[in-house]
Amino acid sequence: MKLRTIAHSRSGDKGTIINVSLIVFDPRHYPHVVEHVTADRVRAHFAALATGDVIRYELPLIGALNFVVHGIVGGGVTRTLALDAHGKSLSSALLEMEIDSETISNP
Amino acid sequence: MKVTRIGCGAGFSGDRIDPAVELATHGELNYLVFECLAERTIALAQLAKAKDPDAGYDPMLVARMEAVLPVCRERGTTVITNMGAANPVAAVGVVRQVARRLGLGGLSIGAVTGDDVRAIVGAGHFTVTESGEPVETLGDRLVSANAYIGAEAIRMALARGADVVITGRAADPSLFVAPLAHEHGWRLDAWTEVGRATLVGHLLECAGQITGGYFADPGLKDVANLDRLGFPIAEVPERGPFVITKVPESGGSVTAATCKEQLLYEIHDPSAYFTPDTIADFSQVRIESRGRDRVEIDGAAGKPRPDSLKVSLAYRDGFIGEGQISYAGTGAEERARLAGDVVSRRLARSRIPVAEIRCDVIGVDALHGGRLAAGTWHPYEVRLRVAARTNSLAAAQAVANEVESLYTNGPAGGGGATKSTREVLSLASTLIPRELVRCDVQMEVA
Repeated sequence: MKLRTIAHSRSGDKGTIINVSLIVFDPRHYPHVVEHVTADRVRAHFAALATGDVIRYELPLIGALNFVVHGIVGGGVTRTLALDAHGKSLSSALLEMEIDSETISNP
Repeated sequence: MKVTRIGCGAGFSGDRIDPAVELATHGELNYLVFECLAERTIALAQLAKAKDPDAGYDPMLVARMEAVLPVCRERGTTVITNMGAANPVAAVGVVRQVARRLGLGGLSIGAVTGDDVRAIVGAGHFTVTESGEPVETLGDRLVSANAYIGAEAIRMALARGADVVITGRAADPSLFVAPLAHEHGWRLDAWTEVGRATLVGHLLECAGQITGGYFADPGLKDVANLDRLGFPIAEVPERGPFVITKVPESGGSVTAATCKEQLLYEIHDPSAYFTPDTIADFSQVRIESRGRDRVEIDGAAGKPRPDSLKVSLAYRDGFIGEGQISYAGTGAEERARLAGDVVSRRLARSRIPVAEIRCDVIGVDALHGGRLAAGTWHPYEVRLRVAARTNSLAAAQAVANEVESLYTNGPAGGGGATKSTREVLSLASTLIPRELVRCDVQMEVA
């Protein structure tokens, strides 16, 4: 199943660095995303879009992860030829990630 | 305990005006803030000011002020905005004229100056943060250098009785920190209070993005009455948790989920959010729903402010030429790709210097490339988009023309061709010691 069924997201840019949040709808799903949506996995998911590091911050009090994606291909918001120069649609790309529904505890 | 009510009437320069009027009329506000200044906006404003010394403020300044000043005057609501852009002093003059025309004599308007540091940056030795190169290497391509200034000067204008405060490049949260500190008598080195006020500003500064805007996803995240989205209000007591809400009966919704999305918007390390006023810590923030359209927020903190201010640099960086054309029916994607190949080959063979070219098939891979879109579906219709970077306007026009000429020379059934060119203003940043940036307030009375 897709991540979008258990979590929501918003992304924003600072030049060639973009952050993408991941917020679970139900706090009981937070441990699952902490375990499965790792920085490495997000880096692989965005491999065609960003070449740099992905750093993950955990916010357990609000059931959220924050991914900071470095090295956006094309030089970032100011000079990229990309249609979505700000990378604002990256939130939707993250939510397409497949996760294993078998291991999710049913709320 | 005293509670300050502060609203946000714009989240960017082109934002809607009617929700701001609704907020001013029904929000029972002490302060109404308009955040209208993106990094590139101020660079464009500097170009306008270079042509005309009386220009360089926000193009919607007059329309916004005409819409809200009478009701703000009646309700005793103070207006704070960065719509001064490159020319806060000229903006104050314009607002004074608006006030007089509307019969609002005696309105006190303050301009905050000092953020334009181009002369200081030009005279010193500064390093571009992103490239490590000296700022001097940008030479005459440098269009603007504006420091992100903090709450101090805005607060000074409020202390001098301003009904309207107009700034240039103040940091967005500072537009909120200043009135909250002024109202509650907080010192600007009371880091916890400043950190908390910074969170208020961070949550409110994009206006509709916390009241259900930029949130809806039908079937999964539904938002009622998005067509009449209300703008946000923060109820901020002297200490303890504050509440985010909106005008009753306005569209949209304020929920824990909308607040969480906005809390992390454009945030990197949540425990170290750098502003001119503090290094705010949002990592321990708690967000709880307290009934319909009321969300309580607590737990923000702050550390001492940084010694340097960030300076946004804008510089001329060539041109982009772009063209688009649509194809439909079976084989639409293949025809769009053929069309893109034709343009790329012709440009490669011509003498038109193109530094970089990109062909997207809108509907298939324009946003996230082929990898995430691979193996999905074949849309009924697609749109080819070709964009190329050049070092002259003429070359950019030539790129755009190549796409347009696909009409009669390209694959079958191309329709709706458009073309455009633009000069690229790239952005970078540097750091400047705080003490080199001298802010001041100029007051005028209508």
